[in-house]
Amino acid sequence: MGLSQTFSKILTNLFHKKTSRIGIYGPPNAGKTTLANRIAKEWSTGVEGTVSEIPHETRRALRAENITITGGNGRSITIDIVDTPGVTTKIDYNEFIEYGIARDEAIDRAREATEGVAEAMHWLREDIDGVIYMMDATADPFAQVNIMMVGIIESRHLPVVIAANKTDLPDASPQRIKTAFPQHPVVPISSLTGTKVEDLYEEMIRAFR
Amino acid sequence: MQGVQIDLISAERLSKMPSMEKIRLILDKVRDGTIVILESGLSPDEQSSLIEMTMQEILPDGFSGIEIETYPSKQKSGGMLSRLVRGENDFRRLTVIGPANQLRMIRRDRDFISAWISSR
Ligand SMILES: Nc1nc2c(ncn2[C@@H]2O[C@H](COP(=O)(O)OP(=O)(O)OP(=O)(O)O)[C@@H](O)[C@H]2O)c(=O)[nH]1
Ligand SMILES: [Mg+2]
Repeated sequence: MGLSQTFSKILTNLFHKKTSRIGIYGPPNAGKTTLANRIAKEWSTGVEGTVSEIPHETRRALRAENITITGGNGRSITIDIVDTPGVTTKIDYNEFIEYGIARDEAIDRAREATEGVAEAMHWLREDIDGVIYMMDATADPFAQVNIMMVGIIESRHLPVVIAANKTDLPDASPQRIKTAFPQHPVVPISSLTGTKVEDLYEEMIRAFR
Repeated sequence: MQGVQIDLISAERLSKMPSMEKIRLILDKVRDGTIVILESGLSPDEQSSLIEMTMQEILPDGFSGIEIETYPSKQKSGGMLSRLVRGENDFRRLTVIGPANQLRMIRRDRDFISAWISSR
């Protein structure tokens, strides 16, 4: 690359900084899409994903682009939010049949889920600039996916904010998550009711700037 | 005799294998119903590829994925600097991998794992 080209590239990067791509990762059913929809709604853009009590509802990543989030003291970030399929190491279509889905559809659903997870893992290695890692605060934080995913995110030196979701439920314990991952900021929230999401926004602005 | 095959792979042997070869070996064994125990586990990048490749090999009424058990990474001396100093190898901890329909986690803590293996 010539010197002038390098220089123009530096200028482009300075004045037209690429929007950071923030992935919402976490196990199935943690509430990732619920949060992504809330962010898109509160900071006004169109895209909306479907939320469901059935795991692997999101099987293709959904993007909301150019979202500007402004914090209490006026600081802001502009980011793309990528809502990813829940990460897992196993998928059996029979699980969907138990939710009353017909066999053919269950098989399709499983295939889409496996492709979606593979893709999301691939992006994490190539294409993501920061992560909101979402856990269900009523579930065991030491679940294997959490341990592996946090390790993978750390090894890529990506900024990460952990959301301890579903704090509206009586047996939620964000403290367990804090104890399990003391090296990262953990923000207790309810994506469903919106409780404390503003704390998450502040932490995102701090981490993803 | 009915039973389950368990393969224990030494740290020494693992350290000589390229990542892709390691992942291929694990997946081939696990798809055959073997439980694989790695004396020193996989790097984060290898774990990431293992998940990706596992997903690509799942088939209806066939292979339904893996169960993998390992300890959380050591983190007493948190910061980035100490991580760099300690080097990547410290992340690799004893790991058990088996077919999802045969291996089940009973309990896991920072320093204790209890798992259940059933025959097919
Ligand atoms: N009580 C409670 N339920 C929640 C909360 N957030 C999400 N849920 C519910 O949890 C279920 C899963 O929510 P989703 O947003 O679809 O979860 P997801 O992480 O996108 O799931 P996948 O796409 O399947 O990986 C739905 O029934 C939601 O209504 C919350 O803060 N509190
Ligand atoms: Mg979803």
